[in-house]
Amino acid sequence: MAHAAIAAELPRRRVRDVPLVRAAGRIGLVVAVLVLLVGLWELYHWIWTSAGWTWPFPVNDTSMPHVWTIVKAFGQPAQVNQPALITILLHKTAFTAKEAAAGFAMGALVGFALGVILVHSRLLQRGFLPYIVGSQTVPILAIAPMVVVWVNPKLPGSLQGWGAVAVIAAYLTFFPVAINTLRGLQSADPRALELMRTYAASRWAVLWTLRVPTSLPYVFSALRLAATASVVGAIIGELPSGIQDGLGSAILNFNQYYSLEPQELWATNVIAAALGIAFFVIVVLAERAIVRRAPENVA
Amino acid sequence: MNSTSVVRIDGVTKTFPQGNVTALQEIDLELAPAEFVSLIGPSGCGKSTLLRVIGDLIEPTAGSITVNGKSVRQARNDGDYGIVFQDAVLFDWRTVAKNIALPLEMLGWERQRRKARVTEMLELVELGGFADHHPWQLSGGMQQRVAIARALSFEPALLLMDEPFGALDEMTRERLNLELLSIWQKTGSTVVFVTHSISEAVFLSTRVVVMSPRPGRIAGMIDVDLPSPRSVETREAPRFFELVTEVRELLRKRGEHLLPEEEARIS
Repeated sequence: MAHAAIAAELPRRRVRDVPLVRAAGRIGLVVAVLVLLVGLWELYHWIWTSAGWTWPFPVNDTSMPHVWTIVKAFGQPAQVNQPALITILLHKTAFTAKEAAAGFAMGALVGFALGVILVHSRLLQRGFLPYIVGSQTVPILAIAPMVVVWVNPKLPGSLQGWGAVAVIAAYLTFFPVAINTLRGLQSADPRALELMRTYAASRWAVLWTLRVPTSLPYVFSALRLAATASVVGAIIGELPSGIQDGLGSAILNFNQYYSLEPQELWATNVIAAALGIAFFVIVVLAERAIVRRAPENVA
Repeated sequence: MNSTSVVRIDGVTKTFPQGNVTALQEIDLELAPAEFVSLIGPSGCGKSTLLRVIGDLIEPTAGSITVNGKSVRQARNDGDYGIVFQDAVLFDWRTVAKNIALPLEMLGWERQRRKARVTEMLELVELGGFADHHPWQLSGGMQQRVAIARALSFEPALLLMDEPFGALDEMTRERLNLELLSIWQKTGSTVVFVTHSISEAVFLSTRVVVMSPRPGRIAGMIDVDLPSPRSVETREAPRFFELVTEVRELLRKRGEHLLPEEEARIS
């Protein structure tokens, strides 16, 4: 066949923007929305205080500190003779990030393994799925102390304390990964399965060459949820563990002084949110690098 | 027993318990080496079921099938089947080259040997420049050529094709018909080809098997004595039209209990 005919069969490639320009545009948009939100916060503050409205709550510098007060708080020490708040918060963030990352990795592995096991047995699926769902209805604050008691004594010195928190973060992480992995593995095209059957492919080969690649978009949409859940899990896990090095203790601490220094709790919240967003972005970038699917198959 | 037949089907019956459907009833059919046999008939005549029974994708309720003198299970484990569906069913996370290499990987071929064969197959289906493309970057016709290359890459004794060109436009379809014939002549494989199109069946085949529905049976067979190799002119030969008419009449005669839209589809 003539080469021209082949070329004519090709769908025409869309003219794409330079990737760098596109990325810059997206970041610009995110920044613009941030500016807008800050503006709305201050506008709300101004309208409610000038009008003296008290519904739904009275607005003042304690209930809604000014954005610039929060920003300034980063640069000032929270207590006398201490480094600036931002320095302390960054240390605590690094500690919490370590817990969350370990929890995320554990939860993702356990969740993925559960999905793989369950897809191969309808019996196990029927028996275990209700309990996997049920596991998430137990409040994390209720099981955290038990996890600390069970896990901590068995951990080597370097893992003492934070290792148990990672397990608590994993508890929140594994669930969406298990459910979505199972769904993703089940979504393989029946004809593709027939095709593999004609090659007399083993279960193992079918799993790794067909089911797992098919499941990746599902797995990654779960990992995105799990990324933020692992940060929340780590922070909450720190509370009953009595850990002083993480963001959890900072939140607890600044909570007590809220009426005096509300900006410090707000500053901690901003940092905690930034950590969650960073985890999310890392997962999205990993997905971009790993998943190569037709545009219609990307979740 | 004829020991030279590639496929030998004896009294094969297939009933599906759901709705008590008899998809196939007492099918006897023999395929000689390098034969190109089309199965044609209206929806529900069991032609796709018959293809899947031959390929050991469905187990028959009764009767026996041998492929190269072996059981279908053995034949499947020996890699005797290449299969092509209506949709290409390519793995979109793999490049064109890696899709063609898939069965070779499953059969445990070494990398160098795989690579050499993939290059060969890409030339055969005239997609030389597209090895590193992903499936979604190709048109439907090109995707189907990749599927054919994948099915033939390990030189299976039997090529099973289930309406492989059914989703393509008429022009692409006719061009791929010609390409398939030239590939078939080069490889000498035996082909079972399921189709809805009478002219396609006549143009491609050495033999057309007409099936009728409820229950699925063989209504008749027509040997296609058109000269080989076939070309664009074949479609304009008087003999071609005679054979098309013969197949159509056989379908009509057996088609009293067809629904109107089924009749429309086969004409």
